[in-house]
Parts: sequence; C-alpha cells; structure tokens
Amino acid sequence: MTAPQTILAKLWAAHEIMQRDDGTSLLWVDRHLVHEGSHHAFAKLDSRGMKVAAPDLTFAVVDHYAPTRAGNVAADIRRMINTLGRNARAQGIRLFDLRDPGQGIVHVIGPEQGLTLPGLLINCGDSHTSTHGAFGALAFGVGATEVAHILATQTIWQKRPRVMRITVNGVLGSGVGAKDLALHWIAQLGADGARGHAIEYAGPAVEGLSMEGRLTLCNLSIEGGARLGLIAPDQVTFDYLRGRKFAPKGADWDQAIDDWSVLKTDEGAAFDREVTIDAAAIAPTVTWGTSPEDALPITGHVPDPAQLSGAKQEQARAALDYMGLNAGMPLESVAVDQVFIGSCTNGRIEDLRLAAKVLAGRKAKVPGLVSPGSAAVKKQAEAEGLAQIFTEAGLEWADSGCSMCVGMNGDRVDAGKRCASSTNRNFKGRQGRGARTHLMSPAMVAAAAVSGHLADVRPLLEGRS
Amino acid sequence: MSGWTKISGRAVALPQANVDTDQLIPARFMSAPRSDGYGPFLLHDVRQDQPDHVLNRYSHADVLVTRRNFGSGSSREAAVYALVDFGIKAVCAPSFGDIFASNAVNNGLLPARLTEDEIEALIDTLGQADAPATVDLSTGTATIGGQTLSFDLDPVWQQKLVNGWDDIDLTAQHNDEITKFRAARFAAHPWALPAT
Repeated sequence: MTAPQTILAKLWAAHEIMQRDDGTSLLWVDRHLVHEGSHHAFAKLDSRGMKVAAPDLTFAVVDHYAPTRAGNVAADIRRMINTLGRNARAQGIRLFDLRDPGQGIVHVIGPEQGLTLPGLLINCGDSHTSTHGAFGALAFGVGATEVAHILATQTIWQKRPRVMRITVNGVLGSGVGAKDLALHWIAQLGADGARGHAIEYAGPAVEGLSMEGRLTLCNLSIEGGARLGLIAPDQVTFDYLRGRKFAPKGADWDQAIDDWSVLKTDEGAAFDREVTIDAAAIAPTVTWGTSPEDALPITGHVPDPAQLSGAKQEQARAALDYMGLNAGMPLESVAVDQVFIGSCTNGRIEDLRLAAKVLAGRKAKVPGLVSPGSAAVKKQAEAEGLAQIFTEAGLEWADSGCSMCVGMNGDRVDAGKRCASSTNRNFKGRQGRGARTHLMSPAMVAAAAVSGHLADVRPLLEGRS
Repeated sequence: MSGWTKISGRAVALPQANVDTDQLIPARFMSAPRSDGYGPFLLHDVRQDQPDHVLNRYSHADVLVTRRNFGSGSSREAAVYALVDFGIKAVCAPSFGDIFASNAVNNGLLPARLTEDEIEALIDTLGQADAPATVDLSTGTATIGGQTLSFDLDPVWQQKLVNGWDDIDLTAQHNDEITKFRAARFAAHPWALPAT
C-alpha cells in the first residue's frame, strides 16, 4: 500500500520526466501561455536559432499592453503588441490578438477557453499563473529565462515546494468573498508567509466558492509568497469546464472525469504546515499600506506606527507617508479619488455581477473605470445589463486587458490620487507613479464608488438579493 | 552567462522590507530591449525622488543588504536585469520572492539568505555609508564591513552560479526522454491535449 499523498505529490509525479541526484525534477509542461512581456524569451530563442518545441501547447495573448479605450496608442505599446504577433506567427502559435473574440487577460481566458484543466502543468511568464490552480492544475509563474527554456524544450527544472494546507471552516458572511478571505490570510501570515510552499485550499468555505471565487483565491496565493495555489477539482469544476472550446469532448471527456476525480489529497497525507481559518470571523477587508499584508477589516483603523517597534515601525511610517494617511484614522473615513474594477484577480463575470448589485440604481461619487477580464466577459456583461448599470452609475465601461492593474498600457492612476481597486497589488507605483492603491473586493470597490470613501458594503447590500 | 566564485567590492544597505519588483523596475520601462542596458531603471522612481538615495550616492555598489521579502511580486526578470546592469552581484536578505530568486540565479546574481538578526546587524554597521565586501560562493560566506557570515543557498543554485550553466544546454541531454514522455502522456491521457 502506498503512503497517502497530497494533490501536489500526485500532480508532481504525473509530470516528472526525471529527477537529478540533487533533487531537482525535470517536469513536462502541458500548457505554456505567453504574452507581450515574453519578448525577452523569444529574443533569447532567436539568438540561439531555436524554434518553439511544442507550438500546439503554446498559446499567446495580448493583455498586459492591451489598450482598453479608443484613442491613440503610444508607439512603444503598439510595438510590444506587434512583436508578440510577429513571434506567434513565426512560431506557429495560436494568438489571441486584440480583435479575437477569445481575447482577454491570460488568467481569465485560460479557464474560459478550456485551456486550463485539472491535472495539467501550466506555466506562464506571469506571477499570477497561480490562478489556474483553482482547477487542480499545477500552475506557477516563471521568469523570462525559464519562459525561453519552456519555449525551447516544453519542460522546466523545479524543486518540489513544501506544502501548506489552509483549511477554511464555516461559511463566509454576506458581502464577504474570496478576495476578503485571501487578504485576511495574507495579513495573518505575511506577504512572505507562504514562501517556498504550494498552498492547498480546503474546507467547506472553499468548497462553497464558485469557480470564479476559487480563481480569485488561488490568484492571490503569490501575494502571500506561495509558489502556487491548489484546490481539488469537484463537480463545480467539471460543470464549469463542460463544453468549453479547448476542453475534452466525448470519450476523452469521460476519461478526463475519471482521471480528475482522483485528484484530491488522500486522507492522512502529511503537510509541512497547516493553517485553519474561521470563515465567519472574516469581514470585508481592505488594504491601507503598500504591501498586500497591510490589510484590515473595513471596520478597523489605520495602524499607529508608534505602537510598533523596530523595522515594522519604519515600514508602517513609510507606508502611511506614501499613502497620505494619518495614524489611527477610521478606514471608513478615507476618501477616494477614483475606483477601478477589473484584473486577473477580479475581472470575471461574477465579480461584475457583485459590483453591479451594489451599483444598481445608485450614482458613483467619484470617477471610475470598469475593464472586463475578457472580450467574452464583456459580451456577457452587456447581455446581462451589467454594463448599463456601470455606465448609469457614472463609471466608464472599457475593453478587456490588464488595464489599471499594471500601469503599462495607458490606463493609470495619477500621482497622489487614491484608487479603490479590485486588483492584486498595492505596491508603490504599481498603478502609476505615486498612485495610492487600496485593494478590496469588487463589491467593496462599488461601495467606495457610491460613498466617495472606503465603505462597508454590507449595509449597501441590505434588501438586495 | 559566465560563472563566478568570488567577488570583492562595496556593500550598501537598503533598510526596507518588501522591496517588490514593481519598485525595482517600474512597468513602463519594461518594453526596452535588454541591449539598451537596464541599470538606469533600477529603483528608478525612488532614486529620482530622493537624490541622496543610497544607490545614487554609491553608484558602484556591488552588494545590497536589505530586509525580508526582497523581490516579491511580479515575475518580471527585468528587475534582475536592472540590478545586474547597475552592477549588483549579490543581494543579502532574510528572504526573497521565490520567482525573483530563480530569476536572479539564472542571471548570475546571488540571492544570499542571512538571518533577520544578521541583516539588522549589517544594516546598523553600514548605516548610510558603504563598506568593503567579499562574497565567496565556494565557502558560502560573505564578509561585509569586517563581519564574516555564512549564507543559506541551495547547493544547486551555488553550482549554477559558479559554472554559469545554461539550462537549455543541460536539458538537451534529455531530449529522448522528453520525446518519450510526451508520447506516453498523451497516449494515456488524450484529454490533456487541447481539443481541436
């Protein structure tokens, strides 16, 4: 009888071509997703005169530099988009360009197109590749040298990470979702709390999440320092995937369900670390500082550096200085200049539905931008009347792309401006030089929009089902 | 990439935690070809805002001593290019972002892990000034301002830094195994191929 295994161990074994004496494994890559930022890797391949080893398993998408609004596109942005197109065509890679109905943010379209499946190993030169683990896929971000290696060989050298299980018991409260859960655990464990680990998310509150919620949770694994996130596939996963464009059909589908059904951690399998969270204790959560670990319940107050010591005090002082906040002020009193809804974290249809639920029949007190995570999400949101709710509330409805999350495609927050944002990083300068970012769920962004300041979404949801 | 075993130069302290890769190189610079040189982009915004920033005062620094979670966030290898092109050969910190650390080793930059206490002591020693520094991969030690410390480094990474290995060449030795693995995987699990 074999020892009980974690889902990570099963996925690892299924992809291990060989292991060196030093413990490093050569892993087979089932899907490689590339974007405009992969230009360094293509250049490296060209310089060696090499071709892409498995163009049938490589998919390219325009997202990071995608313009989301009409108008002139800067020359360097156009060049980045054209370079990806040229590389994809030269290597025979399927390209989702700006006009493709399948275009969108790489971590939104992977699942949407059925390219992301349980049991696959998925790499992309983007840290939020952890997103795809929501399907029970082994998915992690890599740098340009590794992207070049995967292009050249369809494999990657890796040491198996340690494994941490985060079990979330109970039920998330009304107005509380996957984003709040993620910010909550990152605040508890720290932005490097899961460094060197794969996280398996488990427990009733995780099983109760929709596919969109699971994607949000796994997406933010990297913000707690984890190498990747994982959730065992179940009926929710299978129902989401059935009929998707690149998902298996017919007999292949039946066999896939059989194979996927055993992709779960065996009873009694050992973890390097176990963390338990009570879902009911989580409130809508917002960040106040310049790291995702700087997160607190919306009912709280901006921390007072004087009550901290050493490096932590310096860190908090620097964060408050950058963010333009006063120690001890209630978070709900923090006025915002603008809002943003979108990104690979929270740009999916469910995210837009939640925000629209808060915005319906109300007016935003500050300007804001809504960028759907994909062209398909955009179409669906328009068909469901969500786009109209956003525009009637006074927000701008744009095309899909990484948009205001990355500050490299023309969508930016100006210096000194404060943005309530459904994105993943409140780093200094992330949304634009000098921009002040507060991370929160799309529902909480909507609450901030109609309030003009950070606000608890729960009262605004009363009477709305 | 050429390997190295020992470097001698100057160290400076950047006493901050969570120096993420967005700070190391703001996104707007990442469309530049590498041949342009990424050194001027390193910590661009903070260096421009603070003319007396430690890396403006010591532009020949070779070793950076900093706090926990250095290089967290975005997988952008450009953050490593900026450090390397600036002239940094080793970063000492209690912890690094996992992807950053891999990227660093792939470009000959040493991510040397020291304990929190050792880092705090070095930050105190260095203060606002620089100090002589020697880093020796063969012994796994860094001598900074007269203190010799053993750093924590994966032996695989140590070998890679010393030899300047290129993984694509190493992997080429396993081409037959890779070809067989692909055929076996898709024969046993046809669903794993993208449906057409």
